[in-house]
Amino acid sequence: MTAPILTLAEVTRVHGAGAAEVRALRGVTVTAAPGELVAVMGPSGSGKSTLLNLAGGLDTPTSGDVVIDGTSLVRLSQSRRAALRRTSVGYVFQSFNLIPALTAAENVSLPLELDGVRRGEARDAALLALEEVGLSAAADRYPDDMSGGQQQRVAIARAIVGQRRLILADEPTGALDTATGEEVLKLLRSRVDAGAAGLLVTHDPRHAAWADRVVFLRDGLVVDESGRTRGPEDLLDVEGAR
Amino acid sequence: MSVRHALLALLEQGPMYGYQLRTEFEGRTGSTWPLNIGQVYTTLARLERDGMIEAASDEAVAADESNGSNGDGGKRRYAITTDGRVEVATWFDEPVGRGEPPRDELAIKLAIAVTIPGVDVGSLVQRQRTATMNALHEYTRLKRSGSTDEPADLAWSLVLDSLIFNAEAEIRWLDHCEARLARRATPSRSTVAEEATR
Ligand SMILES: Nc1ncnc2c1ncn2[C@@H]1O[C@H](COP(=O)(O)OP(=O)(O)OP(=O)(O)O)[C@@H](O)[C@H]1O
Ligand SMILES: [Mg+2]
Repeated sequence: MTAPILTLAEVTRVHGAGAAEVRALRGVTVTAAPGELVAVMGPSGSGKSTLLNLAGGLDTPTSGDVVIDGTSLVRLSQSRRAALRRTSVGYVFQSFNLIPALTAAENVSLPLELDGVRRGEARDAALLALEEVGLSAAADRYPDDMSGGQQQRVAIARAIVGQRRLILADEPTGALDTATGEEVLKLLRSRVDAGAAGLLVTHDPRHAAWADRVVFLRDGLVVDESGRTRGPEDLLDVEGAR
Repeated sequence: MSVRHALLALLEQGPMYGYQLRTEFEGRTGSTWPLNIGQVYTTLARLERDGMIEAASDEAVAADESNGSNGDGGKRRYAITTDGRVEVATWFDEPVGRGEPPRDELAIKLAIAVTIPGVDVGSLVQRQRTATMNALHEYTRLKRSGSTDEPADLAWSLVLDSLIFNAEAEIRWLDHCEARLARRATPSRSTVAEEATR
């Protein structure tokens, strides 16, 4: 059986204490295998972003475990966790979070450079990623000179640059029109089809339908899951049949 | 009724046999609404009765008469009449009526559920959302599995889009119901009933 790239095991996350205590997650288990895109849906405040932040090591669970590629994040030191995050995890946010003073290519190569990759090598990787999202021609343009859809594609290029294996996306299509949003979904989907694992938070049912499974959160708990038919076992069958 | 008009519109392209009409209809709608051949012949018989279609002029009448009491078996080719063409033009010209909303089982179920004590409406909503999500997932998969710009492909793809938008609307409506139900702090049965009847 294919080992999952991401495992969140019985995670809880409590913010604050006493009367101000908020139990954002109350024992949630979610996995994402290579080639699997998992959508997370739920009402506002149900814990979706909290879940994504835990998955990416931006936040630590109050209890439970987060495992990326066999490495438990909760047992890592702060700096080792940051290193794993930089090399294995790509994020796409609703607001594209591009740096206005940097060109598209510079925005995309930044995470690699922060990780110590030489500048020329980082730029080559960035150009490859930009090509993958169909933006080769815009490599030297600045975010302000691009449409929202183009900026989001740059953000996706930044999330996938350097062969990151886990892509986390929090409402990546929120600010885009439906057609452009669909383009963004296609990019995520094709990257996942190429072997990454993806976790996608979305309010849009049509976008969630691009995922292999949809996990429904409510009040910090998984209340249901759709599309369970194509689990890791089925993936294995597909591979065996090839 | 839409099948009647759809068949008539197809006959405007030229005379056809019943089984041909079925193939053409299903090719354009991706077998989303399968037609059984009996339904095709019943519809054709009514269209003929109403003067919208007639036996194609080049038909050997003998073949038709050897075909039993219905006289409308697979051997008969139909052609549209002038009245039929007018009917098709009117169909295309006039919007599909929304005056009387089609009966929506889910809306009825939920409307009844919120007024009856002891029904777990939250679970009902969630089960429905998961089921509709599964359907939406399947439509999306079909759509992704390729469409060309061939007219028949395009027609089928647009039908799929319609199913997709409808499923999406249903899920959004369920989200909305859930939010409305959650917004009432401690929902006692009576307030549920009051709100539902408001
Ligand atoms: N840093 C924090 N301190 C205190 N409470 C927090 C913090 N972050 C999140 N919460 C609370 O945790 C709960 C879950 O928040 P989260 O952001 O995960 O929700 P969400 O599902 O992403 O909602 P939305 O759809 O509105 O983005 C909420 O009640 C929120 O107020
Ligand atoms: Mg959020």
